[in-house]
Amino acid sequence: MRIALFATCLADALFPQAAIATVTLLERLGHEVVFPDNQTCCGQMHVNTGYLTEAVDLVRHHVEVFEAAGCDAAVAPSGSCVGSVRHQHAMVARRAGDERLAERAEAVAARTYELSEFLVDVLGVRDVGAYFPHLVTYHPTCHSLRMLRVGDKPLELLRHVRGLTLLELPAAESCCGFGGTFAVKNADTSTAMLADKMAAVIDTGAEVCSAGDSSCLMHIGGGLSRIRAGVRTVHLAEILAATDDAAVQPR
Amino acid sequence: MTTFLGVPGSRGSSNLRGSEPFPDAARMALRDTQMRRNVGHATKAIRTKRLTAVAECADWEQLRAAGGALKSEVMARLPELLEELERNVIARGGTVHWARDADEANRIITDLVRATGSDEVVKVKSMATQEIGLNEHLESVGIAATETDLAELIVQLGHDKPSHILVPAIHRNRAEIREIFLREMPEAGELTDEPRVLAMAARAHLRRKFLSAKVAISGANFGVAETGTLAVVESEGNGRMCLTLPQTLITVMGIEKIVPRFTDLEVFMQLLPRSSTAERMNPYTSMWTGVHDGDGPRDFHLVLLDNGRTSVLADGVGRAALHCIRCSACLNVCPVYERTGGHAYGSVYPGPIGAILSPQLTGTHGHDDPNASLPYASSLCGACFDACPVRIDIPSILVHLRAKQVDTERGGVPGGQDLAMKAAAWAMASPRRFAVAEKALSTGRLVANRDHRITALPWPGSKWTSSRDVPEPPAETFRQWWRRTHG
Repeated sequence: MRIALFATCLADALFPQAAIATVTLLERLGHEVVFPDNQTCCGQMHVNTGYLTEAVDLVRHHVEVFEAAGCDAAVAPSGSCVGSVRHQHAMVARRAGDERLAERAEAVAARTYELSEFLVDVLGVRDVGAYFPHLVTYHPTCHSLRMLRVGDKPLELLRHVRGLTLLELPAAESCCGFGGTFAVKNADTSTAMLADKMAAVIDTGAEVCSAGDSSCLMHIGGGLSRIRAGVRTVHLAEILAATDDAAVQPR
Repeated sequence: MTTFLGVPGSRGSSNLRGSEPFPDAARMALRDTQMRRNVGHATKAIRTKRLTAVAECADWEQLRAAGGALKSEVMARLPELLEELERNVIARGGTVHWARDADEANRIITDLVRATGSDEVVKVKSMATQEIGLNEHLESVGIAATETDLAELIVQLGHDKPSHILVPAIHRNRAEIREIFLREMPEAGELTDEPRVLAMAARAHLRRKFLSAKVAISGANFGVAETGTLAVVESEGNGRMCLTLPQTLITVMGIEKIVPRFTDLEVFMQLLPRSSTAERMNPYTSMWTGVHDGDGPRDFHLVLLDNGRTSVLADGVGRAALHCIRCSACLNVCPVYERTGGHAYGSVYPGPIGAILSPQLTGTHGHDDPNASLPYASSLCGACFDACPVRIDIPSILVHLRAKQVDTERGGVPGGQDLAMKAAAWAMASPRRFAVAEKALSTGRLVANRDHRITALPWPGSKWTSSRDVPEPPAETFRQWWRRTHG
């Protein structure tokens, strides 16, 4: 299959390992990955902060880039960016009165997938041949869980990773407090939510906290780093890309 | 003749707006660690019970869809349904009053109570009367109102404010309730903090009020247009006492609480108890239609309250907030509400539903209006939408209200957020500019510590680094890696 990587702006600029791991994994599974290098940002931050007018150009750009890529599917290592493409792009276009763009956005959204749902639903794989000999707990990010309904697909994938011990995260479905600009606009409340999430993560005794979104991991990881906790955050894609001869480097 | 100038703040003395923006109120609320433990403990218990109660219904999703569809029908036909309700209430011996806002409702109710010659009333738990600040108003004109719902009584005796739609004293634990009772009900004598002992004390206190009161005031969970029937759903039986014993009954109902047909109650009577108290069926459902000789109140008044609802109706997206049946399931699952409690929202409607309802009911004037901050009091985690029994898409309405807020402020002097968002949109709309921005970001490596962490950034980054580190930007971005390895 010819797959366009939707790297997401955050992974591209700050967490390249997640995007590199997605490429490595999909190539290892025998697929051709292309990176439309004029992609920028899906506009989720603008939409969620209320700047829907400013988001129109970003939506149009995203649609044009992934239409031109001419691939069977677009895959992103992010539940929330895919959630934005699938649940917000057409709305943003319609609100601006651009029905044609809305329809094109819907067509692009229909073949855009978050990594775990692409692996399980489209490729039909659960064992991706990964090896990761660590104690891992998994935080199901809100948009993967409630916007995309990926359910336990990420856990299914992790359960098939050799050497990995999966530890159940208490109150897993509770938000970590990131919420984009919420983390700065309501920094105190966000931190209170983060404190409880970190307590749950630490309580599992895991070495690694994983998730399918670099943004939520940046939040949880930023908190764990601040209190010098002995847990590191690793994106799901990095764990799935890890093999006997290519282990994940801790940050 | 007076002219309505359309100033949002002129809607009377309603309890729909706090005195400070949510982030500031939340900061103070978060310091009340006892409240956080009380609310956290209670919401977790209700949350878990609700999941069990909902799982028992194989057709739960169909019920939600039916509830949402019925509410959409109500919004589309509101004027004719209200007139139908009015006709049927009058035909069965009741009187109907229309109140445009809180002041008008309070005036109507005061006149009705005064006409009975009584200076005390008993009250059934009601959000509409909390919304219009009825108790405070009655007190100011010398009429004593007694709340008879146990939690509302705790709030009233504690000179406190409700912090939850269903469990207004959720922020109190039983030790605190015992203290309030000892102070405010000296006749109760010795008290322990056992729930049964506290409930018995309240029961004895209230029984005297039930038997002496000539006037009762209630809200309504539903009003049926085709029959003129009003319904109150409750757990304690205090409502039944108020609705049947006094000679005069005054019911205050928000105009959105109407349902077209009696059979529509079938849907809501399944959705409401399971979503609110996690019960299959609530212990007491009282329904009354007009007045009847020798049975119940001899005089029945229905006050239909607008208080901003028609402005909410005018917004095609935002109007779904009027579908709310006040179950409070969204409060119990909300990670923000769980930490801050209800008082931080400043309105009698807290939590996710309050964040979309309060600012729409009051309207917001300017950036500094406390209610303008409410649509941002959410991480958009989506738990509220999943829990809502009538499928109100609260996250989408929050985003819609944020957009309205941003659009309203266009044309003025742009703030820091405006500039940042516009600059980011400009940079991200072009691949070339985006690449330049990425390069600029890599200068962040210069401020990283030797251990590759960034622990302090200038404002507004300081809002992040006050409690979280930032990783050092990578030596190579993804697109640089791609060019090097796949280019």
